[in-house]
Amino acid sequence: MSHLKVEGLSIDFGGLRAVDKLSFEIAPGTIHSIIGPNGAGKTTLFNLITGIYAPTEGRVLLDGEEVTGLPPHHLARRGMCRTFQNLQIFDRMTAAENVMLGRHLQETTGFFSHLFRLPAVVAENARTRERAVQLLDHVGLAEQADTPAGSLPYGALKRLEIARALAGEPKMLLLDEPAAGCNAVETQEIDALIQSVAEGGVTVVLVEHDMHLVMNISNHILVLDYGKKLAEGTAEQVRRNPDVVAAYLGQQADAEAAHA
Amino acid sequence: MSAWLMQPRTGGLLLLAAVMVAIYLAAPNNFYLDVAIQIGLNAMVVVGLNLLIGYAGQISLGHAGFFGLGAYASAVLPVHLGVPPLAAPFVGMLVVGLLAFLVARPVLRLKGHYLAMATLGLGLLVFMLLTNESQFTGGPDGMAVERLRIFGERISGKDWWYLITCVMLLLSVWLTLNLIDSPTGRALRALHDSQIAAQVAGVDVARFKVIAFVYSAMLASLAGSMSALYSGFVTPDKAGFLHSIELVIMVVLGGMGSTFGGIIGAAVLTSLPQFLTVFAEYEHMILGAILMAVMIFLRRGLLPAILDALRRRRLS
Amino acid sequence: METFLQFLFSGLTVGAVYAIVALGFTIIYNASDVINFAQGEFVMLGGMCTVFFSLWGLPLPVAAVAAVIVTSLIGVALNKLAIEPARGANVVTLIIITIGASIFLRGLAQVVFDKQFHRLPSFSGDAPIDVLGATLTPQSLWVMGGAAVIVVVLWYFFTRTTFGKSILATSHNRLAARLVGINVELVLLTSFALSAAIGALAGILVTPITLTSFDAGTMLALKGFAAAILGGMGNPLGAVVGGLLVGIAEAMGAGYLSSEYKDAVAFVIILGVLFVLPSGLFGRRGTERV
Repeated sequence: MSHLKVEGLSIDFGGLRAVDKLSFEIAPGTIHSIIGPNGAGKTTLFNLITGIYAPTEGRVLLDGEEVTGLPPHHLARRGMCRTFQNLQIFDRMTAAENVMLGRHLQETTGFFSHLFRLPAVVAENARTRERAVQLLDHVGLAEQADTPAGSLPYGALKRLEIARALAGEPKMLLLDEPAAGCNAVETQEIDALIQSVAEGGVTVVLVEHDMHLVMNISNHILVLDYGKKLAEGTAEQVRRNPDVVAAYLGQQADAEAAHA
Repeated sequence: MSAWLMQPRTGGLLLLAAVMVAIYLAAPNNFYLDVAIQIGLNAMVVVGLNLLIGYAGQISLGHAGFFGLGAYASAVLPVHLGVPPLAAPFVGMLVVGLLAFLVARPVLRLKGHYLAMATLGLGLLVFMLLTNESQFTGGPDGMAVERLRIFGERISGKDWWYLITCVMLLLSVWLTLNLIDSPTGRALRALHDSQIAAQVAGVDVARFKVIAFVYSAMLASLAGSMSALYSGFVTPDKAGFLHSIELVIMVVLGGMGSTFGGIIGAAVLTSLPQFLTVFAEYEHMILGAILMAVMIFLRRGLLPAILDALRRRRLS
Repeated sequence: METFLQFLFSGLTVGAVYAIVALGFTIIYNASDVINFAQGEFVMLGGMCTVFFSLWGLPLPVAAVAAVIVTSLIGVALNKLAIEPARGANVVTLIIITIGASIFLRGLAQVVFDKQFHRLPSFSGDAPIDVLGATLTPQSLWVMGGAAVIVVVLWYFFTRTTFGKSILATSHNRLAARLVGINVELVLLTSFALSAAIGALAGILVTPITLTSFDAGTMLALKGFAAAILGGMGNPLGAVVGGLLVGIAEAMGAGYLSSEYKDAVAFVIILGVLFVLPSGLFGRRGTERV
């Protein structure tokens, strides 16, 4: 059974159809990339899948169950987590606290235990913190654990978001341009990170502009253009698809030519 | 050991207790003790309100309404329903908590200025109710409050009330600091910075806003009850718009998101008018000018500004 | 029917004042994102200055013009001395600065003028006009007419003059406005002056009916803010509709329910509207972008 199934999904923003009757499936434990030119509807699709927008029509099924229109925190309970293209960081919290928040659903103590600071809360705080520091170490931010997140550089925040998303032990992780603004070395690190996450059995859905990264690690690629599916398949299939070359890669070639 | 002392929950509470003892010993007469009690009662409200405004980022311009309801609970319940004065504050707190819980969800769905308006409206409705239902509340002139008795002993002296206020304030601060350093506190701070990221991480944002709202309302109610029992008299002004605004100013003045800052804000704003009375008719102009100046030059609030200055001195 | 009409007239009269106060909130909010709680003080200053200028010997029309000018200057000073230095501070901090300003201005009025209630003579006598069985005072007509003129002039200014349009542009995107060469400081200054001026005008028009005193501004600021929120903060049409609705709700509440709860009616309606439409009647309803 597919991990995520999208059927005829559409959303209108005041007459403009940002995502148009989109259907696709994502198999468990794979890396699934969504690519397309700017404005193709990739981030909107993420927002639809993660419950931030309610679709105008269509359905989203997670593990075969319909989850269309469920709010994000319900989807989180079903093992879905994501990062954001234009960062959503808790600026006034430290890096460690950002990741600790990511373990919200793993924390089991209740309000009254918090209020009276029962020993269970102290122990839980320590456990959460320990796991958060491990994850920060995993993304290379252990040194900055107690730095206010608002003062970290952009590349570090990208990785902090990934650490926070991983903290929730997701079964499906959606990454919105994790390598944007990162240099070649950082991109390579993120590449390795994503692969290791997928090897751990997590389904990864990736929106990314870095074609090198996408072609390298994706099991499956979905190409969007103007909110519609342009092509779908393995890296090789997509690369050879004439429509894709015309609409997207060609465009990028133009851009690169203009750049050079 | 020193790290343990630097923790707000330990060092901060100890320091607060020490200041309380020092004030008691140094106060030359009952007038100062009276001001200190007023400060303590306002500080209790501010500590809770700070959780809502400073930590969770949800403004309320109506918390005096909850304070007023608490105050009238200890006035009305014993007279009209025969509730013993000692139980009235707690009954009031439960009723206010329930009321806050019922309105919290629709109100806290609102954002920014709309939230400010809705809370302001709620506060004003409470004020109008207290002013106009004079058969229960004595109307605009207010009503007398039956004195508190514990084991038949009448609790009315300043010393008694100073002790009670200090204990309750310390307790409120302790509970609030506990909340802040817990998953609840992290969820509140997170939803302040990015509601969406908090939701995606599994935080039921609406639920946590409700928690902060109800918690702060109940603290306000308790402080209101205590203030009524202490002064032996209540008037609707306690629930009025100006008192709501004063409470928010205390939070911001002391430093949003700083529990001890809020106490400093309460101390400054409660005692300032007492000292400004020497300026007679210029009192309001000076108060307004001080408020503007502090907010313009120390926009993060008094305590954060003081801590920054101390840190800079240590570094240099 | 007559009583209904009577309540409607009185509702429209106070509503017109609320609408102008709400427009004052809107103009400043659009130019600077600041909710100016000293807006009610402008109305108070308009009335009080006119009263005292004429007591000091100026003829009423001259006193009124002088009052508008003085209030505008105070508005400009407020912007220069309190709002601009605090640029970039958080919204709640800015609100508290304007509350500080309002306490200051109230204190100032108390020192410069006094603590008494004052009235102005009605502009065209007190002979009531009969409209379908209900009576309307000439001063009510002055208030409604004056408010209507203010609205039309503002509309013309903001949509038909280059400078007015540049203010609107600034409210949509400050950075872009700066880039195309709009003088943003001048826009802010004008907004505060304009907002103060219309507040003062409303104060002058309504003083013969409601009297004025140094502390008359607080309640007006509350009602104006409520009206602006009801209409949808930032929307001028919303401000006018919101103001009239609050005024009418109040008058109907006072007439049909009880005068004690007249304010409650307006606030209950506002709460009800916000629960259904969280950004007011005409507010921008945007999807959150992430």
